[in-house]
Amino acid sequence: MTAVLSTHGLLARYGDFQALYGVDIELHQGEAVALIGANGAGKSTLLRSIMGLLPVGREMVLLHGEPVGGTATDRMVQKGVAIVPEGRRLFTGMSVEDNLRVAIDQAARMGAKGGWTLPRLHQLFPILKEKARTQVQSLSGGQQQMVAIGRALLCQPRVLLCDEISLGLAPKVIREIYAALPEIRATGTAMIVVEQDVGLARTASDRLYCMLEGRVTLTGRSAEITREQIGKAYFGAGHGVV
Amino acid sequence: MEWFDALVQGILLGGMYAQYALGMALMFGVMRIVNISHGDLVILLSLIGISIATAWGLGPLPVLIVLVPLAVLMGWVLQKAVLNRVVGSDPLPSLIATFGLSIALQNLMLQIWSANSRSLPGHGIESQSIEIGGIYIGLLPLIVLAVATGLTWGLDLTLKRTRFGRALRAASADVEAAAMTGINPRAVYAMATAAAVGILGFAAVFQALRSTVAPADGPAQLIYAFEAVIIGGMGTVWGAFAGSMVLGISQAIGFRIDPGFGVLAGHIVFLIVLATRPQGLFGKALS
Repeated sequence: MTAVLSTHGLLARYGDFQALYGVDIELHQGEAVALIGANGAGKSTLLRSIMGLLPVGREMVLLHGEPVGGTATDRMVQKGVAIVPEGRRLFTGMSVEDNLRVAIDQAARMGAKGGWTLPRLHQLFPILKEKARTQVQSLSGGQQQMVAIGRALLCQPRVLLCDEISLGLAPKVIREIYAALPEIRATGTAMIVVEQDVGLARTASDRLYCMLEGRVTLTGRSAEITREQIGKAYFGAGHGVV
Repeated sequence: MEWFDALVQGILLGGMYAQYALGMALMFGVMRIVNISHGDLVILLSLIGISIATAWGLGPLPVLIVLVPLAVLMGWVLQKAVLNRVVGSDPLPSLIATFGLSIALQNLMLQIWSANSRSLPGHGIESQSIEIGGIYIGLLPLIVLAVATGLTWGLDLTLKRTRFGRALRAASADVEAAAMTGINPRAVYAMATAAAVGILGFAAVFQALRSTVAPADGPAQLIYAFEAVIIGGMGTVWGAFAGSMVLGISQAIGFRIDPGFGVLAGHIVFLIVLATRPQGLFGKALS
C-alpha cells in the first residue's frame, strides 16, 4: 500500500548544524503516528522539513508517491498537509474568529474540499464559539491550542502534523485536547503527533517512531513496544528495533 | 481666532500628509519595509500625471482615474521585481534596495522631465475657497482631507473585513504561520505594495495640484510620510492618519509663530514623540 506521506533518507540542517541524518518514516491513510524523543532529537525539524520550512531534497519527501520535498509551505497546504506548529503561532492582534477565518479564506481560494466548517469546529471545541471575538493573546494556553488545531483543520488537510500540542498545558486541558484527536482521525485524516509524554503518545497513536540525535532509533506498533525498548531508544543505551 | 485658524489649516495640511503616510504604514506594517523611494514614487506619479494631462488635455479627475490603476500596477511590479528579492527579517537589504531605487528614480525623472518644476492644471479648483465662521477654507485642501479620510476608512475596512485584509494582517503578525494556512506571502506582499503605491496615485495628483513638483522633491515627501507614521505608530492605519494630523497641526502652528519655524516645529514634535513614546501615539500591531 502506498503511504500517504513518507520520507526517504531525509537530511536537514540549520546552517552548519546537521539536524537530521537520513530519516525514513511512513504514514498511511487514516493512521496516527507518534514521534517521540528527547529535546533536540529532531522531531520538530522533521515536521518542518516535511512542511517546506527547511530546504530538503525533492525526492526525500513523498506525498501520495509524488516527490514534494522543498515545496513552499503554502503549496504543501494546498496539497493537503497542515501543521499545528510548536508554540501555536497564532496571529496576535486578531480575534479567534479572524484567526480561523484566515484558514477558511485560503481553503476557499484554493478550492480545498473537506468536512471542516466553523460550526463543526465549534462542536469539537465549544469554547471557541464563546470566545469568537476575543483577541487570541487573551486566551489561556489550552484555548490557544484549540485555535491552532482548529486553524489547521479548516485548511481541510488529509495529513495533519501536530507539534507538541500538550506543551505547557495542565493535565486536564491535555486530556481535553487529546480527546478531540479520535474525531479528527474519524474523518480519514492521517496524523503525525510529536509528543514528549511517552504514555500519551502511545495511547494516541497506532505506531510510533522514537528519535535520537537526528535518527530514528525505534519503530513499531505503539501497543506492542515495551517501556524498556522505548527507554533504550530514547536515551541511546543501544538502539532497539521492533 | 488666529490659533483656531492655524488648527484648521493644520488639519487640512494633515490630509495631504495622510495620503503620503498610509502607504508607508501599510508597507511597514505588513513587510517591515521602510521604502526610501516612497517620496520619489509620489513625484514620479505626479510627473506622469502632468504629462498625461498635457498630452491628452485631461482635467484632474480623469488624470486620477488613469493614474491610480497605473500606480497599482507600478507597486505590484516593484514588489515582484525588486522588493520580493530583499524582503525578510533583516530590514537592511530592503532599505539599501529602496535607497538605490530612490536615486535611480530621481535620475530617471531628471532625464525625462528635466529639473524644472511643473504643476497639474486644476481649472481653478486650486484657488477656490469657502468661508465658514470667518475662516476661509480652500476647496482643494478640503477635498484632499475628505479623500484622505475616505482612503483611511476604506483601508481600515479592507484590513478588517476582507479576505485580502485578513491575509495581510496574518502575514504581518507571523509570516511563517501565515504560510502554514496556505497564504503565499510574496503574493500578499505584492498586493500590499500595489495598494500602497495605488494610494500614492491619489497623493500624486493632489500634490501636483496644490503646488509645483520637480524630480528632486521626493526626499521631502518621504520625510513627512516617515514623521507622520512614527508619530502615529508604525503599522496602524488610523495611527498614521492621526500622526499626519499632529504633524500638520504642529507645522501650521509653527508657521503662525514664525514663517520659518513651521517645518522645524513638525520635526521637533516628531523628535519629542520618538524620544518619549517610540512606538508612536497609537503604536500596536497592524489593525
